[in-house]
Amino acid sequence: MNAFEINGLSKVYENGNRALNDVSLTVPKGSFYALLGPNGAGKSTMINILADTVRPSSGTVSLLGHDLFNERNWCKRRMGVVPQEIAFDPFFTPREVLRFTSGLFGCKPDEAWLDELLDRLELTVHAGKKARQLSGGMRRRLLVAQALVHRPELVILDEPTAGVDVELRRKLWDFMRELNDAGTTILLTTHYLDEAEELCDHVAIIDHGALLTAQPMRALMRDIASSYLWLNYGQAVTLTDADHDALAGLEPRSSDEGVCLKLGRSENGDSTFHQTYQAAVARFGPPLDAGVRSEDLEDVFLRLTRRAGGDDAAAECKS
Amino acid sequence: MRQWNLLGAWSLFLREVRRFLKVKMQTIMTPALTAMLYLVIFRYAMGDRHVPGMNVDYFTFLVPGLAMMAMLQNAFANTSSSMIMGKVMGMHIYLLMAPLSAFEVVVAFLAGAVVRAVVVATVFLLVLMPFVDLSMPHPGIVLLYGICASIIMGGLGLIGGMWARDFDQVAMVTNFVILPLTFLSGVFYSVKQLPEFWQVINHANPFFYLTDGFRYGFLGVGDTDPYASVGVVLVTVVVTVIACWQLWRSGWHMKE
Ligand SMILES: Nc1ncnc2c1ncn2[C@@H]1O[C@H](COP(=O)(O)OP(=O)(O)OP(=O)(O)O)[C@@H](O)[C@H]1O
Ligand SMILES: [Mg+2]
Repeated sequence: MNAFEINGLSKVYENGNRALNDVSLTVPKGSFYALLGPNGAGKSTMINILADTVRPSSGTVSLLGHDLFNERNWCKRRMGVVPQEIAFDPFFTPREVLRFTSGLFGCKPDEAWLDELLDRLELTVHAGKKARQLSGGMRRRLLVAQALVHRPELVILDEPTAGVDVELRRKLWDFMRELNDAGTTILLTTHYLDEAEELCDHVAIIDHGALLTAQPMRALMRDIASSYLWLNYGQAVTLTDADHDALAGLEPRSSDEGVCLKLGRSENGDSTFHQTYQAAVARFGPPLDAGVRSEDLEDVFLRLTRRAGGDDAAAECKS
Repeated sequence: MRQWNLLGAWSLFLREVRRFLKVKMQTIMTPALTAMLYLVIFRYAMGDRHVPGMNVDYFTFLVPGLAMMAMLQNAFANTSSSMIMGKVMGMHIYLLMAPLSAFEVVVAFLAGAVVRAVVVATVFLLVLMPFVDLSMPHPGIVLLYGICASIIMGGLGLIGGMWARDFDQVAMVTNFVILPLTFLSGVFYSVKQLPEFWQVINHANPFFYLTDGFRYGFLGVGDTDPYASVGVVLVTVVVTVIACWQLWRSGWHMKE
């Protein structure tokens, strides 16, 4: 059973902005899913459609096998959403807000659970303050608590850590990981790609409203992330046409201190490190230093989204 | 499968009530005080004069009208300010994300408006008790007209709040539509005192029937027959509630 099955979802805003274009995506139950994309990619639009604050133009979504658009309230009871925009009610304190939100979702406020939420989100000492006295990061954490009051099976977080300091960000992710270990499905957006890479087991990248890729994190890093061999010659190496011909397939590029070649896998799955190194030495002589650098999620993200933007620049080749 | 969320609607209703209780100076005391100031001013301006064609003095005539005017304005203020505040602060998305039907949302908001209107009117009347005879020969009419008026105005406030993009637009509706209609609903005069042209205009103002019926409940006299107007009033209530319900359901001005 999948948490979400999104099919052909599109959204055209009233001003003609096409924010989502035929996106199909499956979020497995129990996954920790990262939805990534540059600013304006359409992430929040998608989340807001799931949350019922934006109307879809077309497409279908099934949530745990139920039609989201026809069984809204059944679905809403099982879903907690942290919106990207900070929202707060200046009249009420965090504790009052959490009680009210519990009620809205049809749950009698479970004080023990509210205490735990306040505690885990480091809001206990602020629980009695008026919302307008809270700082930006505290308000954001309150939104996270609000999304969890009814113990939803699916949690959707739209940039939950924006404006949250390093230590509290760690704590927040620890908490999310615990929830995930206990079976909660988590779908999040973030611009901290290192955090996404570390935490999430699935990833989808969208840009300009279109899905670029959606796969398990490991598969993405194995199949799309490349590795590079860098060789340090103490100075930039000018690549001639002859070099390009000789090293065809290795995508040679000169860097500040030498040269950089792409590693691949031979037919039996072994790394081509040895051949590549020997080819480089044959062309340029023995290097002062050499090493392998693997692309991380950020590199893959940049490569994919730049291409989508029409700019086919390869990932940077740093040592 | 229909799943009610009564606890959700109840929570929303409680929030609506708490919201105005948290600022009771502004929401209860100020309207009651304003109504009393009108009363004092007109009392001294008009002296002991009687209202033409009615066997009541002007002071007694004014009291129920002012109570009704306060109810109308406060019912409108409660829903419209809550909606626009929610939109400006972003809190309204919780109403959209919660498993609440449109009907539950509307009923909770309107109930909140009725409570605010009733509390304001009650405070006003309690203060005046010692000074004026409030024998209320038709309490049923008072209750019916008071509650119906609050629902209608609460509904209009809800629609106004949904429509508005900022506080300014709400103020615009309040000042240019609601204030004139309530001031000209026969609070300060009996229509019989007016030239014929203005009498006709007044009869086209829906709030005129509400104010007049409400006053009839208190004094036993009025310009219209409140039993004859009950049907019109009830139909207006139903139309208002259905309009709110359908607009909320469609996401009008609330969802992109
Ligand atoms: N209410 C709206 N009306 C018109 N266009 C909108 C509206 N909201 C968003 N858009 C447009 O839709 C596109 C997608 O916006 P969206 O907010 O979904 O992006 P995002 O991926 O969440 O970006 P970010 O990382 O900045 O949060 C953008 O081009 C944006 O300008
Ligand atoms: Mg966004």
